[in-house]
Amino acid sequence: MKTSVILSTAVKYLIPLLLIFSFFLFLRGHNEPGGGFVGGLVAASAFALFAIANGFDEAKKFMKIEPIMLIALGLLIALLSGLVPMFFGLDFLTGIWFEKNFPIIGKLGTPLVFDIGVYLVVLGISTKIIFSLAEEEK
Amino acid sequence: MLFAALSGFIFVLLIPIINKYAKNSVGWIASIFPLALTVYFISFYTNVIDKGNSILESTSWVPSLGINLSFYLDGLSLTFSLIITVVGFVVFLYAGSYMKNYDSLGKFYIYIILFMSSMIGLVLSDNIITMFVFWELTSITSYLLIGFNHEKETARNSALQALLITGGGGLALLAGLIILSGISGSMSISSLASMNDILTEHRLYAPAALLILIGAFTKSAQFPFHFWLPNAMEAPTPVSAYLHSATMVKAGIYLIARMNPSLGGTELWNYTIMFVGAVTMLFTAVLSFKQTDLKKLLAYSTLSVLGTLTMLIGIGSDLAIKAFMIYLIAHALYKATLFLTAGMIDHSTGTRNIEELQGLRKVMPITAAIAILASLSKMGIIPLIGFVGKETVYAATIEYTNFGFLFITLAIAANIFVVYITMTVGFKPFFGKFRKTPKTPHELPFRMWFGPMLLAFGGLTLGIFSSFIIGKLINNTELGIITAKLNIPVKLWHGFTLELMLSFITVLLGILLFWKRNQLLKYVDNISFIDEITPSYHYQKLFNGTLKLAKLQSRILQNGFLRYYIMVIIISTIILGGTTLFSLGEMDYTGIIEMPGFEEIIIAIVMMTATYMTVRAKTRLAAIVAVGVIGYSIALIYIMYGAPDLAMTQFAIETLTVILFVLVIYRLPGYLPFSSTARRIRDFIIAGAGGLLMSLISIIILSNPLSSELKNYFAKNSYAIAKGKNIVNVILVDFRALDTMGEITVLAVAAIGVFALLKLRKGADEK
Amino acid sequence: MNLLLVIIIGLLYTAGLYMMMRRSFVKVIIGLILLSHAANMLIFTVGRITKGNPAFLNKDGAIFEPFSDPLPQALILTAIVIGFGVQAFAIVLFKRAYQTAGTDDLDEMKKTDED
Repeated sequence: MKTSVILSTAVKYLIPLLLIFSFFLFLRGHNEPGGGFVGGLVAASAFALFAIANGFDEAKKFMKIEPIMLIALGLLIALLSGLVPMFFGLDFLTGIWFEKNFPIIGKLGTPLVFDIGVYLVVLGISTKIIFSLAEEEK
Repeated sequence: MLFAALSGFIFVLLIPIINKYAKNSVGWIASIFPLALTVYFISFYTNVIDKGNSILESTSWVPSLGINLSFYLDGLSLTFSLIITVVGFVVFLYAGSYMKNYDSLGKFYIYIILFMSSMIGLVLSDNIITMFVFWELTSITSYLLIGFNHEKETARNSALQALLITGGGGLALLAGLIILSGISGSMSISSLASMNDILTEHRLYAPAALLILIGAFTKSAQFPFHFWLPNAMEAPTPVSAYLHSATMVKAGIYLIARMNPSLGGTELWNYTIMFVGAVTMLFTAVLSFKQTDLKKLLAYSTLSVLGTLTMLIGIGSDLAIKAFMIYLIAHALYKATLFLTAGMIDHSTGTRNIEELQGLRKVMPITAAIAILASLSKMGIIPLIGFVGKETVYAATIEYTNFGFLFITLAIAANIFVVYITMTVGFKPFFGKFRKTPKTPHELPFRMWFGPMLLAFGGLTLGIFSSFIIGKLINNTELGIITAKLNIPVKLWHGFTLELMLSFITVLLGILLFWKRNQLLKYVDNISFIDEITPSYHYQKLFNGTLKLAKLQSRILQNGFLRYYIMVIIISTIILGGTTLFSLGEMDYTGIIEMPGFEEIIIAIVMMTATYMTVRAKTRLAAIVAVGVIGYSIALIYIMYGAPDLAMTQFAIETLTVILFVLVIYRLPGYLPFSSTARRIRDFIIAGAGGLLMSLISIIILSNPLSSELKNYFAKNSYAIAKGKNIVNVILVDFRALDTMGEITVLAVAAIGVFALLKLRKGADEK
Repeated sequence: MNLLLVIIIGLLYTAGLYMMMRRSFVKVIIGLILLSHAANMLIFTVGRITKGNPAFLNKDGAIFEPFSDPLPQALILTAIVIGFGVQAFAIVLFKRAYQTAGTDDLDEMKKTDED
């Protein structure tokens, strides 16, 4: 795929911003609009943008981790977050929270961990599909 | 008891590990398990047998539905449990040697341990649903075991046949049990026993009883369902010995016995059981005559015994129940032994054909001794337990006033054939002049003969000490078959009675039948009607018919054209949904008709135009752009109506969708019109009707009030319980997290699907 | 607005179903997208649209009345993402089918199926 210099330069600065934005969306999701789903989608768009600017091989290198692994990891995290309460004698997926507030993140608890899982799965599947379709083109 | 019933399901997990590191001794190690369970059950002996108590333990499982893991131990279930574990021990030990050349020995032990545990669970269960679960588990594990040599087509067919018949019976049983719990309001079998009056006088009694009996009859291979059992002889011999003589086929009889106090005492119940049992007893015994396969012969004699046992419960007198218990134990001991020795002969000589086997006593003396000992018990020769069994059966039948004469005649006739089978299986292979067999015969190792020997001597010991051991079991125990305790002495020797004389005649005629076999066979050979009256003929017809019907209906319904599927779906939805809609009464539509705002009208117009554009687009690109417009408009609607999360998600998805389409579509050829105008009009009418229906449905929903209970619940508790202020997100990750969990799993599956499709492509390229 | 939404739902369903009955695979995929839009709008509409505040609590944990119902929103949110997954799968499937059968026509593809 042909890439434009302007786009690739712009993307270089945009990508970190987009990724931070996606993470921000994810974190504030519990109290403001956002959450794992949107966060993951925005992050996937960021990688898609990078791929359009620099080619898909570059984008894959940039991601460093196989999308399938992200999916597996995400599912595992979500599952574990659900199992944690069972050690305390609660039902599967019951939310458990720390009493204290943390800076930036706010409250920390298993639903947040669950949301990380969602984030990773959504990111993984979106990038997986985009990358594999692009790979087919070659 | 919970642990005893379920430990097998845990123990089985160890088998793959044992099989990996100690493949040769997996049989030894696995047989420790039934041995340990035997010891466990014997430890109840004093309490249950000597003192005559019964034990009930319960652990809740699905309490909201009244389903508990409750287990009940009385004389009946203890006897069955001991049969299961003792024969299990012998078979486990035996199979390790018998099947040592199988690659999948580990798998065999997994199946058979699962079977054993299910069987124990079945006889111990006090809750009808729990019992049903174990009942079905035995059917499934039996399917796996019959089809263990799955490379053979006959084995696969037999396994399927057994599964279909016992599984079908299982459904009948479930229906019967549900009716039963509906009548009684109880799921506990032990508590049903005291409700006999309520149950038998209810108007649903007859269907419930008959459904339960169908379940029992299929499982215990009673006429007309008997034919699956001889076919199941495709299973490896240890399986036949264990499942198809000692344990699983007795499950149906166990069920009848267990239900007898609650459902019994009516003419319907007793006569059905009695006559089905009697017919099975004689019919299957006669069928055995033409058989030449060792195992099939044994299978037919098992069927006959199962019929006898069923008949005895049907007769239902104290003496009959006593005969039932003794005969049950005796049969388990000698029949398993004979199956195992048949397996030994097969293993050693390479054939099971009775015509080829004779004169083996010199090469296989131990096998011969064991087989003969068991045969004597089976023929009812003093002083073995089989003698006591047969005597009591005769006594109970003679004593029965209504049809005593009929049944004693049938019983004697059947037993003549049983003696004949025993002569053929237990004596013929060992006596006479030796004949060459496919393999050179040799005596078998300790592991194989030890177990059968144990069982055969068990039959001898129980016979000699019958008053001491079985007498106690029968007289002291809450048997569970009848409500009162029996009080009839068990003795080996009753003196020169009528029964003894009948017994003598039976043996004599049986031997005569065996002696004149070849002459008689000539006459029988020409009779073929018996093949046509046997139900297996009709089973096969029904089976083939069902397959044909299935093929026909899939040819019509599954024609492979997506659009016809959609048409069928739309049209049937319109018909079904439409009729419901028109039957609704007057409605209040005021909430719907209100003046929309200016920006709302604009969005609506944009969306309608874009929808039209999508359908009418001449190029793919135009269609995709139009769809994109629809998506973004929907996002705007979400923003306008207080759903920012949705709007954001929708925006992100639209962007990704466009990227996807661009990646795929721009390389493909142009957008070709395939359909004729007439077709398009037809499709448009159908689609339009579908759309109209959906509009009508939404109008109807909108004109009915919506409960705001959930809305307020979430608003109230979102922060209080789940510490989040974005209620939508809180629902996603907390209140309804399980749904989300499912959703991301679906996503992962979609990703795996994508991955697989592309892998497939790579595989095709390599070719 | 309710009335307009009801009309839009009907139109989207009509268009989606019509497209799904085409012989061209691309059109079927577009039909699929339209159907999922239609379904989302249906849930959104029958869950009662509220012109007002989104379903957020303020700092004190109280809510501004009137607010929109969060439950249909949660349902739709997952539906959007699932719909995307299905679409993506359909697109990849279409592509594979096109490469194998060399046609976009479902009837032609069915013929290759029978061979």
